[in-house]
Amino acid sequence: MSQPVTFTWAGFRRGMRLSLPLLIGTAPFGVVCGIVAQGVGLSYLETLLMSVFVYAGSAELVAMATWAHPASPLAAGFAAMVVNLRLALMGPVLAPWLDRLRGWRLWGSLFVMVDQNWALSVRAMNEGERDAAQLAGMGVPMLAGWIVTSMLGRVLGAGLRPAPGHPIFFAALAVFICMLVTLWRGRQDVLPWAVAGGVALATLRLLPHTSWYIVAGAIAGSLAGAVRDRMRA
Amino acid sequence: MSLAPATLAAIVAMALATYGCRAGGYLVFTRIRPTPFLRAVLTYIPGGIFMSYVTPALVHGGLPSFAGAAVTVGAMAATRNLAVGIFLGTAAAWAVWVLR
Repeated sequence: MSQPVTFTWAGFRRGMRLSLPLLIGTAPFGVVCGIVAQGVGLSYLETLLMSVFVYAGSAELVAMATWAHPASPLAAGFAAMVVNLRLALMGPVLAPWLDRLRGWRLWGSLFVMVDQNWALSVRAMNEGERDAAQLAGMGVPMLAGWIVTSMLGRVLGAGLRPAPGHPIFFAALAVFICMLVTLWRGRQDVLPWAVAGGVALATLRLLPHTSWYIVAGAIAGSLAGAVRDRMRA
Repeated sequence: MSLAPATLAAIVAMALATYGCRAGGYLVFTRIRPTPFLRAVLTYIPGGIFMSYVTPALVHGGLPSFAGAAVTVGAMAATRNLAVGIFLGTAAAWAVWVLR
């Protein structure tokens, strides 16, 4: 800790400049979420509220995979929790910044923390950046971009009115397949991924029309990977 | 501009769960260090979620989905660009769906 951590407008603006490529990269994800929201019957207002207050694309897609009418708060909330558990490990990494913040600066920065601005903030912090406003500086434009692109997707969906099973909904699948390609670290992922896929298939057969298969598959797969790692260690 | 009470409740539940992870994780895990086992479980969760979402959808989606998945993987591996992966993969699934 050579210099004190600050939270300045200059740091916020540096973050905003860094967010430009991130905005372009995540735009298609937002559009896909909006199209799916239209597909499961969410109104414009409901889509807007979800984009603003949930602001977690993967969790939104997982919850909407089996959106019921009327919606199930328990299933949706639980799915969002499991999908977003990874975020719980991200905040503590930025503790050297966040521990120095109070009030809205802290809680607001955490609200707009997503994978991309977190990763760039960790890098900046490790390179000696002392202005914690960078995280929010990237996060606020990204949230704005997320709202705009989701609503754009919702409008697009309303224009196309695709029937259930239309191949445009493959886009949601493509988002996750792309993420799997990015996540792939090698042979160590084979076992947890295979267990996750298998348990998901079996659970869907036992509990059709619910999103529990995603939760069950994810928990089984990650436990399998962690147990295997421990037995090897 | 409709807002169904159950949908609102579901969105609130999702918002609380998500912010609980963002803020709660920071509060808890800066005070209690997660065990290596818990850390390993949490790092495997994203891959597990995406596999659980994708596998049944592929099995039930048939040929268009398989074609789309193959093209998505190829495009993403080659370009590492989310937009390219989504666009080419969806286009491939759509093309096979139309031609079939």
